[in-house]
Amino acid sequence: MDAPRANLPPLSLHVPEPKFRPGDEADFSDVDVPPAGSARRPDTADPASSFHELAWSLVRVLDESGQAVGPWNPRLDPEALRKMLRSMAMVRAFDERMFRAQRQGKTSFYMKSTGEEAVSVAATMALASDDMCFPSYRQQGILITRGYPLVTMMNQIYSNKGDPLQGRQLPIMYSAKDHGFFSISGNLATQYPQAVGWAMASAAKGDTRIAATWCGEGSTAEGDFHSAMTFATVYKAPVILNVVNNQWAISSFSGFAGAEATTFAARAVGYGIAALRIDGNDALAVYAATQWAAERARTNQGPTLIEHFTYRAEGHSTSDDPTAYRSAGEPNAWPLGDPVRRLKEHLIALGEWDEARHAAQDLELAEEVKRAQKEAEKNGILGHGMHQPFETMFEGVFEEMPWHLKEQSEQMIAERKAAGI
Amino acid sequence: MSVADEAGATVRMNMIQAINSAMDVMMARDPDVVVMGEDVGYFGGVFRATAGLQAKFGKTRVFDTPITEIGIIGVAIGMGAYGLRPVPEIQFADYIYPALDQLVSEAARLRYRSAADFTAPITVRSPYGGGIFGGQTHSQSPEGIFTHVSGIKTVIPSTPYDAKGLLIAAIEDNDPVLFLEPKRIYNGPFHGHYDRPAKTWAEHPGADVPEGHYRVALGKAATVREGEALTILCYGTMVHVVANTIEELDVDAEIIDLRTLVPLDIEAIEESVKKTGRCLIVHEATRTGGFGAELSALVQERCFYHLEAPIERVTGFDTPYPHSLEWAYFPGPVRIGEALKKLLKD
Repeated sequence: MDAPRANLPPLSLHVPEPKFRPGDEADFSDVDVPPAGSARRPDTADPASSFHELAWSLVRVLDESGQAVGPWNPRLDPEALRKMLRSMAMVRAFDERMFRAQRQGKTSFYMKSTGEEAVSVAATMALASDDMCFPSYRQQGILITRGYPLVTMMNQIYSNKGDPLQGRQLPIMYSAKDHGFFSISGNLATQYPQAVGWAMASAAKGDTRIAATWCGEGSTAEGDFHSAMTFATVYKAPVILNVVNNQWAISSFSGFAGAEATTFAARAVGYGIAALRIDGNDALAVYAATQWAAERARTNQGPTLIEHFTYRAEGHSTSDDPTAYRSAGEPNAWPLGDPVRRLKEHLIALGEWDEARHAAQDLELAEEVKRAQKEAEKNGILGHGMHQPFETMFEGVFEEMPWHLKEQSEQMIAERKAAGI
Repeated sequence: MSVADEAGATVRMNMIQAINSAMDVMMARDPDVVVMGEDVGYFGGVFRATAGLQAKFGKTRVFDTPITEIGIIGVAIGMGAYGLRPVPEIQFADYIYPALDQLVSEAARLRYRSAADFTAPITVRSPYGGGIFGGQTHSQSPEGIFTHVSGIKTVIPSTPYDAKGLLIAAIEDNDPVLFLEPKRIYNGPFHGHYDRPAKTWAEHPGADVPEGHYRVALGKAATVREGEALTILCYGTMVHVVANTIEELDVDAEIIDLRTLVPLDIEAIEESVKKTGRCLIVHEATRTGGFGAELSALVQERCFYHLEAPIERVTGFDTPYPHSLEWAYFPGPVRIGEALKKLLKD
């Protein structure tokens, strides 16, 4: 290599580094948290270019005293609020139980959504029940909110003989077309252009249903994200593009997806797409933003990108230990709090809920999850024999099985006979 | 209406016209068929394969797309999940690689991973192959990348008749199909001699194409010529190069045009090789790990005791497709002739 030219300053490479590592005290005082109610709410018919500043703002509804304030307050009735709280608490109870099931060796893998329950539950409540969701792997709240059976979710997690996906998919990669829930892929952001395509098809057919999709802030770096944004803006697709900015992509902080330079909502600005940056731990902000974006989509105003500013309170999955790469104090120091607690306090402030009822509900939900687990385990747990028949391995690669798969299926059966199994 | 009635009158078509006719027929029959891709709309495609379709069926069924292959395939999968039957075009097979993840991890596996909750009934059309001075970015034959993937069918026609019938069968198929169009023979069957006048489809019986609806079944090979001396397995442009070469060399070869690589017509291959006892495999794609390697292994596994000579492969070289030296790269009559000599020497 030639020596650098001495008359010019040397270049330096910037490699992002998170503010806190293990052992550091987490301090988020520099995170800008504007007061609840301070962001304006444009009319859904307004052009995206007229409210671009919202991409750098933070839509918040619930204030520190548990009041819902400002123009984004969706003014939900107490019954809806209690349903929202119950679904979020159910997600948490389900996550706790299934995480433990993995630790007990009953399955290979699990992913909790602790701290992000509002992102999926409140959004789902703001959508119509037949709108189509293209989730990533941390939106189990969609299924729970739409009343998908817990036992079926667990059957999938256990890959047992009751698993509707026949034990073919990693745990939590659900598929539930009849609940408007697209098959989850392990490859990141692939669902983004697919959601846009679904929405384009719905529009081309004069349908009334819209699509919604979710990816993490880390996955916005994928080409699929940008291809989807281009298609969405070009055809004004009726789709809601959710970026769940939970600060961490496994061990990589959001800086590796570009967060040091701008917000993720701001990605939309270059595409001319409507953008909202919202408090993702504020269920009412999530609801209001989704409702607003859905209204735009339904009236042919096109796509909206919503950045849900939130925090992944636990590890990425059962396969990583977050204390190995980030400060253990981060989850508690996070300035936007716990979404379940915030919604609970709001209901209490309204006089529509109390701590005793909440504690009783938590117990009831834990019992419900436990009952479902017992039921699911009757169908088997991973690696304990009660799986789908062996030959199903070869079914469904194609609609009709070609000769080479038939031959391989016969070979597998012969292998098992030879092994005396 | 009988099948013959549906097929209608037979007219002369080149391969572009036949492909265009297949989409025209399918769009008229099925309102869920949509055509999308770079330049396919108003302009009708860089090879004119979609000419007239937007004017006839409207912009919501035939539309231009942004230049992002990830998006084209990803959007097509989403449309398929909705219930449409998209026919996306990738302008050149050389441009398909950005879409590889959407094809391999998504389209090809959606049925399996969701236990048929969702499927991807998409037909990806793409011109492929060289011989047109396209250089390394407009000449590649990537079929072997896709035949290696479970869950996607790979189809390659060699005549206008087959192109239309196979494309209709592909669009009607409920699984994803990669439909590779040998662009060197869009306008005429190539004899393999770049320095001689090009032929048109005018004289070729494969250019008699019904105007209406008919299918050529996926997974079925065609015996282009019966013979006794050896079996030649080939597809696409090479079918014509092979046919002309054996005629020039007066070799009594049996030529099997595979037409579909996955699922493969193994019965036709076995039957022919067991009859002739010799096998030559010809493709334009690079050699190492190419589809010819799979064919060679299959023939060896199933016909070994019938073989009278080692299996031979004639392929492109393992280099990028060169521009100025295209005809030194192309597996033409000389390379085929040398292989024939080896195969037939005793």
